[in-house]
Amino acid sequence: MSLAKRIIPCLDVDNGRVVKGVQFVDIRDAGDPVEIARRYDEQGADEITFLDITASSDDRETMVHVVEEVAGQVFIPLTVGGGIRKVEDIRRMLNAGADKVAINTAAVFNPEFVKEAAEKFGSQCIVVAIDAKKVSAEGEPNKWEIFTHGGRKPTGIDAIEWAKKMVDYGAGEILLTSMDRDGTKIGFDLELNAAISEAVNVPVIASGGVGNLDHLVEGVKQGKADAVLAASIFHFGEYTVEEAKQRMQDAGIEVRL
Amino acid sequence: MNSIAVLNLGTGNLRSVQKALEHVAGSERVIVSSDHQAILAADRVVFPGVGAIRDCIAELQKTGLDDVVREVVASRPLLGVCLGMQALFDMSEENGGTACLGILPGKVVHFPKGMLGKGGGGTLKIPHMGWNRVKPSREHAMWTDIPTGSRFYFVHSYYAVPSSYDDVAATTEYGHEFASVVSHGNLFAVQFHPEKSQHAGLQLLANFVVWNGES
Repeated sequence: MSLAKRIIPCLDVDNGRVVKGVQFVDIRDAGDPVEIARRYDEQGADEITFLDITASSDDRETMVHVVEEVAGQVFIPLTVGGGIRKVEDIRRMLNAGADKVAINTAAVFNPEFVKEAAEKFGSQCIVVAIDAKKVSAEGEPNKWEIFTHGGRKPTGIDAIEWAKKMVDYGAGEILLTSMDRDGTKIGFDLELNAAISEAVNVPVIASGGVGNLDHLVEGVKQGKADAVLAASIFHFGEYTVEEAKQRMQDAGIEVRL
Repeated sequence: MNSIAVLNLGTGNLRSVQKALEHVAGSERVIVSSDHQAILAADRVVFPGVGAIRDCIAELQKTGLDDVVREVVASRPLLGVCLGMQALFDMSEENGGTACLGILPGKVVHFPKGMLGKGGGGTLKIPHMGWNRVKPSREHAMWTDIPTGSRFYFVHSYYAVPSSYDDVAATTEYGHEFASVVSHGNLFAVQFHPEKSQHAGLQLLANFVVWNGES
């Protein structure tokens, strides 16, 4: 192997500021997105993902400017998710300097949108974000379901079937978040991640639950992730991206150092 | 004043390419254009490509930029990026078979499904996405100050198979070794995205800004 496993810091952006919620509720201010993106770039981040958690369309405009500003200074791949509902939203983000967009809720309500987006812009820039929650009881075979609206609304859709369908529709990558783990700092849902990664032939990014560097190692080794995404462990200075990569390399995982 | 033209096929995000070039260009002017005269007035040209090959070739032919690319290659340095590399070959398997520019002999093929990675780990994912090592096959002015085996950012499902080994400037391993960089006279073309490859990518672009072709 010579392709490196990626570490992707994730910035949740609300009205132009980076915030991080714990299980989508307790929001703490973590700073200026441009400044933070530059810091992660210097530390060796392989990509940066911005999730726009803004509700109003006025504030969406702010996100376009953030992407423009970052893309002029940071020369690594940038992904933008949150509020991507129309072809026009994708075009604006790509023109602003994003390399990929993550589609979440809009894919659930209108799967054809993923097909249309992949045909228009190419699968390489279409990431489908999946928020999944375990719905099987203790002792039953594992089953995970898709949730929308920041993990509040169940859809009845099976997560593995959904991931396969999205790849058939043209998704070039899956960003998989465990709603059970998000913000908990107890590690990824490794069974969920491995199940999805084995079910599809596109890269899978593990997300939700990272609390220490060993969690990143587990995400790749047991969770079979092609990339690992984390937010708070980097934002609040607990670890640098460089330390994370060093730990992964020490564990025998190929990284870009 | 020296200038660099970025070929605009109206297909996608050229801002990253433009910004990265401006970052390393010094006093050189960077223009993004589809105007024949403006492109041919530049000292060097970047041919970036995104999207699907059929649309790319159709747009080149419709706008007459296919002949502009041929003229550039005959007279000054051209840097092809991603689809801008693939388009230079005779044909691509993409879109059910698409005739390309035929500037370099060879074809573009899809990564075989079910490739196994070395040392286990199951089948390799397609697209080939992420940072992979680029190993130069020979010396070239474009490699100045880039350590051998540096990682660059790739995202692609098709790759070029040049007919002439002499055209291969570097290889990368993904399931097997493939030509990740080709060069021939004034032409240097890369499958990865230098504009997204941080230090190594910016160095490559900086080398292009001072390269006078025919290495």
